[in-house]
Amino acid sequence: MKTLKVFGNLIKDGFLEVTHGSKAYHVWMAVLSFIMLVGMYSYSIQLEEGLSATGMTDRVSWGLYISNFTFLVGVAAAAVMLVLPAYVLKNIDFKQAVLIGEGLAVAALCMCLVFVIADMGGPARLWHMIPVIGVFNFPNSMLTWDVLVLNGYLFINITIPMYILIMRYQGKTPNPKIYIPGVFLSVFWAVGIHMVTAFLYQGLQARPFWNNALLGPRFLASAFAAGPALIIIVLAIIRKFTAFKIPDTTIKKISMIVTVAAQINLIMLVSELFKEFYAPTHHSISAVYLFFGLEGKTALLPWIWTSISLNVVATIVLTFHKLRSNLNILYVVCGMLFIAIWIEKGFGLIVPGFIPGPWGKIAEYTPTLVEISVTLGIWAMGAFIFTILAKTGIAVELGQLVYKKKN
Amino acid sequence: MNNDNKKWYSLNLKKSPKVDSCGCGNDSGSCSGEKTKDGYDQVMNVSMGRRAAFKKITAGFLIGAGAVSSSCSVVSGDENKEKSGIEWEEYFKGNYKLMTDKEKEETVNRLTRSYELRTGEKINMTSKDAEKDVLFGYAFNISKCQGYMDCVNACVEENNQDRATEMQYIRIHEMEDGKGFNFEESDDNYYHEVPAEGHFYMGTQCFHCDNPPCVEVCPVQATWKEKDGIVVIDYDWCVGCRYCMAACPYDGRRFNWKTPEVPEQEVNKKQHYLGNRLRKKGVMEKCTFCIQRSREGQNPACVEACPTGARTFGNLLDPKSNIRWILENKKVFRLKEDLGTEPKFWYYMD
Ligand code: SF4
Ligand code: SF4
Repeated sequence: MKTLKVFGNLIKDGFLEVTHGSKAYHVWMAVLSFIMLVGMYSYSIQLEEGLSATGMTDRVSWGLYISNFTFLVGVAAAAVMLVLPAYVLKNIDFKQAVLIGEGLAVAALCMCLVFVIADMGGPARLWHMIPVIGVFNFPNSMLTWDVLVLNGYLFINITIPMYILIMRYQGKTPNPKIYIPGVFLSVFWAVGIHMVTAFLYQGLQARPFWNNALLGPRFLASAFAAGPALIIIVLAIIRKFTAFKIPDTTIKKISMIVTVAAQINLIMLVSELFKEFYAPTHHSISAVYLFFGLEGKTALLPWIWTSISLNVVATIVLTFHKLRSNLNILYVVCGMLFIAIWIEKGFGLIVPGFIPGPWGKIAEYTPTLVEISVTLGIWAMGAFIFTILAKTGIAVELGQLVYKKKN
Repeated sequence: MNNDNKKWYSLNLKKSPKVDSCGCGNDSGSCSGEKTKDGYDQVMNVSMGRRAAFKKITAGFLIGAGAVSSSCSVVSGDENKEKSGIEWEEYFKGNYKLMTDKEKEETVNRLTRSYELRTGEKINMTSKDAEKDVLFGYAFNISKCQGYMDCVNACVEENNQDRATEMQYIRIHEMEDGKGFNFEESDDNYYHEVPAEGHFYMGTQCFHCDNPPCVEVCPVQATWKEKDGIVVIDYDWCVGCRYCMAACPYDGRRFNWKTPEVPEQEVNKKQHYLGNRLRKKGVMEKCTFCIQRSREGQNPACVEACPTGARTFGNLLDPKSNIRWILENKKVFRLKEDLGTEPKFWYYMD
């Protein structure tokens, strides 16, 4: 009963907190709301006309939505990997990064789920998937696994920070005995959501481009580069605009994680390229399309080469300790890496899986305006959710938001 | 691998009738007839009850929100009331695969009635189950096909496919002589007189795999293999995720990206629930071996329409059928056999 009351108060205070802020904050939220509204309007067009409002066709039947979904699963998983060093190495200053990381994971997961719903042909019939009242094809369909792990992960990542925040809100210290097991669980779970999402594609013998044992591990490596890279950028922004203190050492430690992950990712990329191009088989043809184009169809070329160059340059810069410890360079490099992996693990992964089609047909995919604005809207929604979570979280951490006992 | 463990159909015809094809655990006749309940059925039967509860709760909620005012408003006419009543029931109905015979009949009646309310025309829809000891298969004679595409047109008309986007289940690939089966260089979208000099033709469609990857991946079991080997889709249960499309190695599936349009006078009124009944937007569809015809003992439309006799359809379990004769006497092969999908669609040459 008491917890409930505290929780209610936290929500009330949190609401006050997020509706008040500096001018920059209000402009930021207004812009996000505007993009969200445009996205919602575009989605209403898509609902009305059907998925023909998007650029997807029978030949390329997944596009921007599923690409972003795939990428964001990675971000969500990676955000939590920061948890491990924080709690195990008892590295105090890391903890703030963790709270931010978990907020990021929650926002990314919400985006994932909305992207999947946006991609459905019959969102109104989604209740068919709810176990008990519908049919849940578990364990045969990897998609049902994905639904389970993503929702489970969302649950864990909401409850842990919630517990910590509620305790802090009341001015108590959170009991590690309660949250540490949860933290460990979430770390294993993070690997799980990643592997399961990779298996979604990896398990399709119809698509040789995906049906490759390296897909899962590469997913992990690239996500552990992109996720923490995003966290570094977010921490830099938070440091600038709020009173929240994040010491340099925290950012530098995270940059270590990014570096190692980016290096491993590059090694795997080389291994993949070697396999596809040293002894090309029929199955390499999608890779040929991706990197060099086929029969004059080259829509993905500029993207993938941008991605690879950014990736290589960023990894090299990160590798040098001197360059990496210059924070300004680090931020730029993190941005580069994030974009590179967004391309590579997004449509650079999904679209070539369909090109050429099962009978060699090469039909390209170009997203429509509707699709792009829905996508932007969902990203804005993610940023919105994250801002709210982060602002409340920071206020609690800073002790600005305290539970007042009313007597 | 020993034969009992084999999940798919093989040419050893003495053993194969034992294949459990629809996953409902009932080997004889319909999936939904009387049978002892296993754990799965018990859960599913309970779920029907729970779905009813879900329906009631949602109804209360929606009425509260004023969302279904039309269905309970006093001013709207009886027909409108009936229409929204039907829509309501249809929205909450279960997966066809798990329906009892009575439920199947009810939904067929509702669909027929709703079509009548909308257009004033009657359709004839059935929910006929698979016959005993039938397993359908298909053979395609590459030497005979001349690329006329009569099969494609017949298929579109028979199966009420969307005319606006020119959806076609069958693709005819024009291949160059001397290059073998080179799909990459073939053309499946030609507009010229056939047969073109120096070319040969080959048709593909859904192969009704005996080990179909498309069925495994569906998150809601909206697609499955029937007892007679036909891979079907429940258009009302499909949520439109298109996972099955990504999983099909043969480009067998088609998606309704928009509301399909069939001019009223062209609608084929002889329909089957799992076959050519009218689809809606956002659901998957594909070849069903013309289930509305084949379950009545007729040949699919494509077989009937082919002027060259390149297409043969029949019961694989009937030793006297043409298809069996071809499988036993011709050098048949299937496409992408290395994937283990075991298509029930064979090619051969004279
Ligand atoms: S051909 Fe494709 S759609 Fe047809 S049964 Fe096989 S995998 Fe499924
Ligand atoms: S598109 Fe429909 S039939 Fe295909 S996997 Fe999704 S729900 Fe199942």
